[in-house]
Amino acid sequence: MDHFPTNWGRPKYDNFDTSATYPLHNRGQNQSTTSGATQHTQQPIVTGTSVLAIKFKDGIMIAADTLASYGSLARFKGVQRLHPVGDYTVVGASGDMSDFQYLQHILDGLVISEETTAQDGHTLGPAEIHEYLSQVMYARRSKMNPLWNSLLVGGVKDGQRFLAYVDLLGVTYSASTLATGYGAYIAQPLLRKAVEGRENTLTEPEARAILENALRVLFYRDARSINQYQIATITANGAEISASLKLETSWGFAEGIRGYGAQTQ
Amino acid sequence: MPDMSAIVNPQQRQFNPYAENGGTILAIAGADFTVIAGDTRQSEGYSIQTRYAPKVFRLTDRAVLAVNGFAADGNMFVKKVKQRLEWYRHAHAKDMPLRAIARLIQTMLYAQRFFPYYVYNILGGIEEDGTGAVYSFDPVGSYERETCRAAGAAQSLVQPFLDNQIYFKNQTAAQGSPHPAHLPLPDVLSIVIDSFTSATERHIEVGDGLEMYIVLARGRTLPDAVAGLRPQELPSAGGEKVFVLKRDLKKD
Repeated sequence: MDHFPTNWGRPKYDNFDTSATYPLHNRGQNQSTTSGATQHTQQPIVTGTSVLAIKFKDGIMIAADTLASYGSLARFKGVQRLHPVGDYTVVGASGDMSDFQYLQHILDGLVISEETTAQDGHTLGPAEIHEYLSQVMYARRSKMNPLWNSLLVGGVKDGQRFLAYVDLLGVTYSASTLATGYGAYIAQPLLRKAVEGRENTLTEPEARAILENALRVLFYRDARSINQYQIATITANGAEISASLKLETSWGFAEGIRGYGAQTQ
Repeated sequence: MPDMSAIVNPQQRQFNPYAENGGTILAIAGADFTVIAGDTRQSEGYSIQTRYAPKVFRLTDRAVLAVNGFAADGNMFVKKVKQRLEWYRHAHAKDMPLRAIARLIQTMLYAQRFFPYYVYNILGGIEEDGTGAVYSFDPVGSYERETCRAAGAAQSLVQPFLDNQIYFKNQTAAQGSPHPAHLPLPDVLSIVIDSFTSATERHIEVGDGLEMYIVLARGRTLPDAVAGLRPQELPSAGGEKVFVLKRDLKKD
């Protein structure tokens, strides 16, 4: 519906107020709501693939590779898809990278306004960041103008570990292992097998090894992934995001696959 | 000549604002109690998103709401109902009665008639006259008071079972002893647990965990057979009591 009352009761496409019924500054900004439809995001353009996250003894670990694809083209190979928010939280994003950049902007603004305007001694933890993000995502899907992302939010505050998911529909859930995109099919079973029941005993190096292994399997099977990744570790000491790391891979087995290696017959 | 139709008529995939997140909910009213239950699996397609996402929520000391369908809508709807109940509490210094909550839920659902909450609601609790009650809703607000109702992925498996076991459909009473009007709490709990274990066997979207809320009318206590199951009592202002009983379901 047309939300500008000054446009009501006028013939369609009548953008010019011939009888000057209203002074210009009283008219709605959008004079052409009846003549042109607004375009909304209907598909993601530059995309990031899976994000993986697990709980371990001291906190949360989140991993993502650094590729931003343009369709099947590996367009940007060094994009950081893990974003720290405040002192206790990291958000990992798959899906549309421009929508993710917009969310980073929103979240940075949120943290600044909480620090400066509120100054009440309270700070946002991962649970609050996740609730805020899920409300933003749900509001945008309800306007049929979604932010095309699947996000993992992880962190530690007041000795409590937090790990949860939210996507373009506003669907949320929490578990000790989470994976978005292709990772939900390929990595999630590996993560569950390695982590479930061991959330309180896994050490940091063990958790890192589990994620690296899952990323490697994804690199072997997901055509939109790359062998370059970052891992965020959030513990009681705060959030730390690693530099860009290289995955160790071995392709020796490929020689034995017919159609890939040298043909012997 | 390349196929130009794709350029002239670009294929527009419309954004679908809904998803179906599986699971099943169920409520049965007794003479002076109500049981409201739901499994805790949340899924999309063949993927299990999480093994623990509650679908049953306590609203007041005598009202419990179960929501099933699109999880994002469900959580938002419960959040808004709870907010309206809090406002009512501030305005009237008491909890909203069950039948009023039922009508509130109808108006809130129908307000979204042209962009519905894709959610099936079952409201259970104790009426002001002390009887157990179940209200079931469709996504746009049609509702009725019933004795029992199942909704969600395994509705088609569970509801016929309840028709038989609760309403005694297709059962003939023994000579001179009519069917009871209401079953006692231990029998109802057994039927609820059997319903969910059976649904778990035959439906892939049901499983992982079972949460059963028991609402007891004013002045009633749990029968020994149920107290032995060690349900957790939730804090309440006195009068009606609310208990939670959790059970594991198969995770495969």
